[in-house]
Amino acid sequence: MKTILKKYKFDFPVIIAFAVFTAGSFYFHFHTGIQIFEDNFWMFLKEMILVLPVMFILIGLFDVWIPKEKVQKHIGEASGIKGILLVMLLAFIQAGPLYAAFPVAYLLWKKGCSPANVFIYLSAFTTAKIPMITFEIGFLGLKFSLLRILITIPVFVLVGIIMGKYFKRNNCKINEA
Amino acid sequence: MISIVILTAVLVFISLIVDQRKTIKGIQKGLKQFLKILPTLLSVIIIISIALHFVSSEVLMHYLGENAGWAAYVSAALIGSIALLPGFIAYPVAGILVKSGVGYAVIAVFITTLMMVGVLTIPIEAKYFGMKTTLLRNVLSFCGAILVGAVMAFIYYLI
Repeated sequence: MKTILKKYKFDFPVIIAFAVFTAGSFYFHFHTGIQIFEDNFWMFLKEMILVLPVMFILIGLFDVWIPKEKVQKHIGEASGIKGILLVMLLAFIQAGPLYAAFPVAYLLWKKGCSPANVFIYLSAFTTAKIPMITFEIGFLGLKFSLLRILITIPVFVLVGIIMGKYFKRNNCKINEA
Repeated sequence: MISIVILTAVLVFISLIVDQRKTIKGIQKGLKQFLKILPTLLSVIIIISIALHFVSSEVLMHYLGENAGWAAYVSAALIGSIALLPGFIAYPVAGILVKSGVGYAVIAVFITTLMMVGVLTIPIEAKYFGMKTTLLRNVLSFCGAILVGAVMAFIYYLI
């Protein structure tokens, strides 16, 4: 119990304070508080509560079924361009906010994906998820969207390679959270 | 969203047929990870919800639309890095900004930092990667976003 409290020493006070604030807002009809809860918090919570458990189940299944050698061979240290393309493809077909990509990054790394590819995966995830792209094209046009993606890809591959080098040199690791 | 739920259901079903024990172990593993990150996730969305209340579409348009030249890039990069806007708010705002005359390069910086840099989600990222790696990734992504904006500006200047 004590270790749990210590681990979340910032999170629990925030959650409790917000719960009290929201309850108070509804009780005293404090408009701002009700708005924050109904318009923003509820929207994020709906997105999270539905998608994340499902995603974590997928991660768990991937964990028990896909052997490490397979992952290592296709997106590990010696996978080269093919590995980069594979992690990018994996990222593009996913959906959800950036924080949904971190547990996947952990799993990939644990299974033998090279650090550079893990970071390329993260950046690719943020840059061009297909569900988001359709939205972007709708509001900003195909030309803008294509240009932005084409320019961003080399930039984030470079960021990924630099991060990978840093990661290895400092013997970093990715935690289970 | 629905498709990922259906996909998962199908995979769980197949997995159950092939190996029940393995499937249950996998689901347990996944859900355990979810519960572990849940408190941090909740506190981050609480903070984002409160921040979002004060950064309405009007506020965004005020800061991104009124500045010109370098100031526009700087404010786009800063707002994009700190804000954590869902796509269905960010893109409509970006669309209106373009119509009101804001350059595409500024919009590119805004969108790129918005997606690649997450100041508010640093607590979550740090739980997985550690603080140093997290900060480095965000700083590098920030520089990358500026670079993307500069190249976009150059291309739009040419065409």
